Amino acid sequence: MTPTQSSTSGYIEMVKRSLIATVIAFFLFLPTLGIKTSASGGVTGLFLQYRWTLLAVGCGLIFIGRMAIEIFGQKHEGQPKAAKAPSALNVFFGSSKVAKAVGPLLLAFAIVFPFLPFSDRYILDLGILIITYVMLGWGLQIVVGLAGLLDLGYVAFYAVGAYSYALLSIHFGFGFWLCLPLAGVLAATWGVVLGFPVLRLRGDYLAIVTLAFGEIIRIILLNWRSFTGGSNGISSIPRPSFFGLPFNQEPGGFAATFGLEYSTSQRIIFLYFLILALAIFTFFVTARLRRLPIGRAWEALREDEIACRSLGINTVNTKLSAFAIGAMFGGFAGSFFAAKQAFVSPESFNFMESATILAIVVLGGMSSQLGVVFSAIAMVGGVELLRQLQFLKVLFGPDFDPSQLRLLLFGLAMILMMLWRPRGLVSTRTPTVFLKDEKAVSAAMISQGRG
Amino acid sequence: MSQPLLSVNQLTMRFGGLTAVDAVSFDVHRNHITAVIGPNGAGKTTAFNCITGFYKPTDGQIVLTHSDDREFKLEEMEDFKISQTAKVARTFQNIRLFGGMTVLENLMIAQHNYLMKASLYTLAGIFNMPSYQRAQKIAKEKAQFWMDRIGITDRADDPAAALPYGDQRRLEIARAMCTDPVLLCLDEPAAGLNPRESEELNALLRSIRDTNNVGVLLIEHDMSVVMEISDHVIVLDYGRKISDGTATEVRNDPAVIKAYLGVVED
Repeated sequence: MTPTQSSTSGYIEMVKRSLIATVIAFFLFLPTLGIKTSASGGVTGLFLQYRWTLLAVGCGLIFIGRMAIEIFGQKHEGQPKAAKAPSALNVFFGSSKVAKAVGPLLLAFAIVFPFLPFSDRYILDLGILIITYVMLGWGLQIVVGLAGLLDLGYVAFYAVGAYSYALLSIHFGFGFWLCLPLAGVLAATWGVVLGFPVLRLRGDYLAIVTLAFGEIIRIILLNWRSFTGGSNGISSIPRPSFFGLPFNQEPGGFAATFGLEYSTSQRIIFLYFLILALAIFTFFVTARLRRLPIGRAWEALREDEIACRSLGINTVNTKLSAFAIGAMFGGFAGSFFAAKQAFVSPESFNFMESATILAIVVLGGMSSQLGVVFSAIAMVGGVELLRQLQFLKVLFGPDFDPSQLRLLLFGLAMILMMLWRPRGLVSTRTPTVFLKDEKAVSAAMISQGRG
Repeated sequence: MSQPLLSVNQLTMRFGGLTAVDAVSFDVHRNHITAVIGPNGAGKTTAFNCITGFYKPTDGQIVLTHSDDREFKLEEMEDFKISQTAKVARTFQNIRLFGGMTVLENLMIAQHNYLMKASLYTLAGIFNMPSYQRAQKIAKEKAQFWMDRIGITDRADDPAAALPYGDQRRLEIARAMCTDPVLLCLDEPAAGLNPRESEELNALLRSIRDTNNVGVLLIEHDMSVVMEISDHVIVLDYGRKISDGTATEVRNDPAVIKAYLGVVED
């Protein structure tokens, strides 16, 4: 067979496979996109409304998408995985020089961000949310990324931190800066309390137990009404002040002291810098920990637990320290959350939160702090952005609500990630110590840990 | 002869009804290479796992004596404690390096307990205190020494999984030596090596025996390695010790010939 013949028959095969996919999609879309029950129109009861255009668009997209996968996916076929050229992202972030340049640039942007012209209250709130998730991501990265322990209940420590601040400040009148370390200590204690019985479990079992622990904390918060206020939560939590200066219109307030005009945005900007400072603190501590013996032991634990024991490493203590330190940063973030909202309720600490934080870590790459920043921006900021897809109204008519598509597009993005970057945005790892030159280790070598 | 480094007395290990190791006794001496050989399923690795704490023996005593006469009852100790305080290091039949970490990192992790103490359990390390920096430097120099010794210094910053098989075997031995052991246990160190690599391994083991004041206990199938470097050979078959002596003595022992080649009917 000549090459031309084979490529022609190859294309026919491709079209055939794409058509099969389209036919399957047609039957799947028929009840979901093609038919809609409607109650309006002056008729009593429900009647069916057919949306053939939408169905055709859906099937067309599937056909084009499948063809694209066939054409672009084909290039890699038959090649061994290791021979694949390193992707641009890995080359970009894998080299420590670039990473060292990108970090300060991001930080500089984060510092000037509140003063940019487009930064209104909504944008600033989103910024605070993103940085909170970056901080949570860095905390969880210690447990999942470095130590390789799959923790599905991380939000429990976030909750412990939030309620610690809420209860301590309401009952004892403690200020934010006193509550912050206390919240961290309490969360770390819970990390050890949880860790001790479950760390003998591995993999799926560990994941299930941590998931259950997260739910237990939430349900306790929900049902222990006398202590936590149950589903009503705790409201009117004191807000943090600027070194004793409250953000209000009183003569002793922040604005009056500095001779500024009072504005509510001052408090938001303060909160923004507060979480930024906490996140930077988290960054430096976790980056430093990783290069210390304890951090190396976490990574060694992920690589091979038995070998660790043969080298005299106390694996129980090592795992517990990973759990406790990860939990501590969750506690810090939780205490900030309570201070920012001035209200906490168990609703804020459901499993979706744990899943989001875990997704940020997995998406970012298990051992890249920079990757977590980008994935938090994508996961939190991107999902917010999807609310704004007004242009879709042109396609689907004015009644169409783009925010409904949010989760669908989010799911699609996750599937694409699974296909093209299964080890996260930045999948290489930087060695913790080097002799001559620091070379990134490719993802193919790194084991992901079995819990 | 002086007091043995390791004294195994009536070691027995049962898995349910199966007796994998049956009342085996032997000694290992400092600055000696002691080889444990035997057909497949003879209980060599089981005995090994008992000594290094990965199994709890059903019965028997395993006593390790340091040169300052401190005694350790290994059968009562947890596996990581055996390496940490009794100073017994081991390698594995299927190589267990930290593949995603560099050669240097592998050798640094072996010095975890030393570095942990130097970093005051992370406190001094966080602030990068001079005492920690010094310890880090010493640890790095030791790693460098072992890399030079096994000849892989130029690959120090490559991930361990990227090394050729023979280098991985020797790196695992170097990693075990970085824990400063008094007893080095090697589980089939020559498995999968070509003749030239076996030769290099022999030289390495001999130099470790002669210069590092350790006892070496090894399990091996490769008779060229066993016969050439062992000072003392122990033969196991069906969980029992059937012979014990120098390489030449064991080679000529009828019981050993029977175990390996079967009974000759006459």
